[in-house]
Amino acid sequence: MGNDLQLAPAWSLPEVPEMKDAKPNFITTTVDQLFRWARKSSLWPMTFGLACCAIEMMATGASRFDMDRFGAGIFRPSPRQSDLIIIAGTVTLKMAPVVKRVYDQMPDPKWVISMGACSNCGGPFNSYSVLQGVDKVIPVDVYIPGCPPRPEALLYGLMRLQDKIMGKTGKKVA
Amino acid sequence: MELGVTLRKLKEKFGDWLFDVGQAFGDDFFVAHKDKVVEISRFLRDDPDLRYNFLIDITAVDYPQRRPRFEVVYHFFSLPFKQRVRMKVPVEENHAEVPTLISLWEGANWFEREVWDMFGIRFSGHPDLRRILLYESFEGHPLRKDYPVNKRQPLVGPKIS
Repeated sequence: MGNDLQLAPAWSLPEVPEMKDAKPNFITTTVDQLFRWARKSSLWPMTFGLACCAIEMMATGASRFDMDRFGAGIFRPSPRQSDLIIIAGTVTLKMAPVVKRVYDQMPDPKWVISMGACSNCGGPFNSYSVLQGVDKVIPVDVYIPGCPPRPEALLYGLMRLQDKIMGKTGKKVA
Repeated sequence: MELGVTLRKLKEKFGDWLFDVGQAFGDDFFVAHKDKVVEISRFLRDDPDLRYNFLIDITAVDYPQRRPRFEVVYHFFSLPFKQRVRMKVPVEENHAEVPTLISLWEGANWFEREVWDMFGIRFSGHPDLRRILLYESFEGHPLRKDYPVNKRQPLVGPKIS
């Protein structure tokens, strides 16, 4: 939770003898913050891997790196149940309509992580068949560099996305 | 079977239709006229001494400085004799068409579609000559040497059905 949900300060408790031993047991926040916190804490990703980055994404989801620690470990087999799509791999021109369709099928609010050089900008494949960046088709929230990125990099990107969901954009969070 | 046996038999039967024969990379190869592709392939497949009964691959090469510009390359393998042979068929650019081999090998269907997709070489008699790897609205044939490296293709949206 960090500083997003603040414990009520002790002095706000009234001086009532019966409550002398009471501890702070309520929190104050805004509905907006609460919803953002709930959303960032259970980001369900779409099961969607396109190339070798997907192998790193699977490793990130498995026990060694355990993406579930951040609430994003439940890979959904349906875009209708997903909040997040991690574009993990080379997007070919033939795959681009599929990516677009899957993204369109996800319910709002939804987020996109572009994982790796290929989906960021085409990577090494400046060729006839490869889309030069998935952001030509769908909007991207977080770009993760690497070829492929280490699982730590994906986790870092995920945390930055969580910061973004909490509204902490526009300032340095690293 | 020794190297050269295939070529000797071919020269006896199709001598007038062969431009060149030889050995390269440990295999026999010959360059044949495109009008005789089916007959030669059938002979290679059915001759009891050869029995090249397995069509490994059909592909093509673009030589921009040569005339004729393209060469369609067939690889055959003889499962009984464990022997390979390579048939090359020169094709003009303005009449890039070769007879299909589907009557001999069903598997030629997709190979030929791939060659059409990548090089724009047609196969006469093919029942379903569509692109196989790329999509319908793709412009040009990308493995031709004059295909621009940085050419960008039109994006297709999701099909609304």
